[in-house]
Amino acid sequence: MLEVLRINLCSPLSLAFVLGIVSRLVRSELSIPRELYASLSIYLLLALGLKGGVELSHSTLSDLYWPVLVTLGIGIITPITSYLVLRRIGKFSTADAAGIAAHYGSVSAVTFIAAQQFVQTLNYPAEGFMPTLVTLMESPGIQIALAIGAIQTAKQAAARAANSEGSSPPARPTSAVLHEVLTGRSMILMVGGLIVGLLMGEKSYEPVKPFFEGMFKGALTLFLLEMGLAAGSRLGDLKSVGLFLLGFGTIMPVIHGTLGVLAGHWAGLSIGGATVLGAMSASASYIAAPPAVRMTLPEANPTYYLTAALAITFPFNIVLGIPIYFHIAKTIAGQ
Amino acid sequence: MHTTPLTLLTIVAEAVLKDRLIAELTQAGAKGHTLIECEGCGSRHRRVSELLGANIKLETIVSAAVADKLLEVLAVEYFPQFAVIAYISPVSVIRGEKYV
Repeated sequence: MLEVLRINLCSPLSLAFVLGIVSRLVRSELSIPRELYASLSIYLLLALGLKGGVELSHSTLSDLYWPVLVTLGIGIITPITSYLVLRRIGKFSTADAAGIAAHYGSVSAVTFIAAQQFVQTLNYPAEGFMPTLVTLMESPGIQIALAIGAIQTAKQAAARAANSEGSSPPARPTSAVLHEVLTGRSMILMVGGLIVGLLMGEKSYEPVKPFFEGMFKGALTLFLLEMGLAAGSRLGDLKSVGLFLLGFGTIMPVIHGTLGVLAGHWAGLSIGGATVLGAMSASASYIAAPPAVRMTLPEANPTYYLTAALAITFPFNIVLGIPIYFHIAKTIAGQ
Repeated sequence: MHTTPLTLLTIVAEAVLKDRLIAELTQAGAKGHTLIECEGCGSRHRRVSELLGANIKLETIVSAAVADKLLEVLAVEYFPQFAVIAYISPVSVIRGEKYV
């Protein structure tokens, strides 16, 4: 376990992330231009989709059946458990609890990629169809949490309106939210990449492979530097979010991660695959979820959900979480 | 040169509202707009989408009636929950018919 931790800590990904945090702490003027950040994320998501699509062309429907079902199951369970814990134990307001739950119900593509790279380094590669599962997990978590939030706040608003004259702004239609999440760039690039990869197959993939695979890890390292900068600039908010959210951001991933590993193992995934599914279940989205939550549940405080997802859970998963899920996956596989 | 007095409405908002605000302008009858990405801070300071873009500044030249209608929409639907400011200023333009 310690050796695995050491390997993970000394990977270029973790080190670049730490460098980002450190440069924020020493108040360096370093910043990654917004256009580069956008370009890198487009590159990473499309590369992920393409490779996943090519691998998918080797898989049969029966390989996918159970992994797809458990992934959807986890996508439905995690926002609900997150919401209940935040609301009942954390005593967060409905909007805040639902807003944070939307992030934890969805998946962080970068955590997924980091987990995939991690198991590959240790010679336990995950199944080729894993990117397909990411696209399935991304949307339901956000939808379910937003639905809970919208229904509950509408109820409260109705109760308030019955008591007083106060009027609240009209709620946004569900179709607008659904459209936003399903046509967001991560969905378009990953689902689109999967389909393109599936259609073109191995042979047509060869010519573009050096660009999309050869440079992948380097681009990811640069991306993690930016993630470190973003997380570093949120460290100051840790004080204001309170101890509960700090605990939630580290304990909830372990619970969801364990659930993911167990479900993955049960669905027949390899040790690498179960580890990656664990990391996916444990991760909190910070690309697709924040704008969706901001638009649909504007009452929710962005400091809570952004700090929890970006400054607590993301670093936790990258540094400690992924090796823990790997350890659990190995243990239940009897190795 | 003959000029027409009109109203310049300036909205500064968190970038996540871009599409919604442009739709509001069109719906209220604005004929066009100028959009600039910008940075800054105010009472709400933190932006949800700082990874994707900080703020936008949206300018549109409209009749006083349209400007009033838009300010009303902003006051009811946006000011309570989002980081938005808006202000109007008098401007004089040539080819005034383009804007109304």
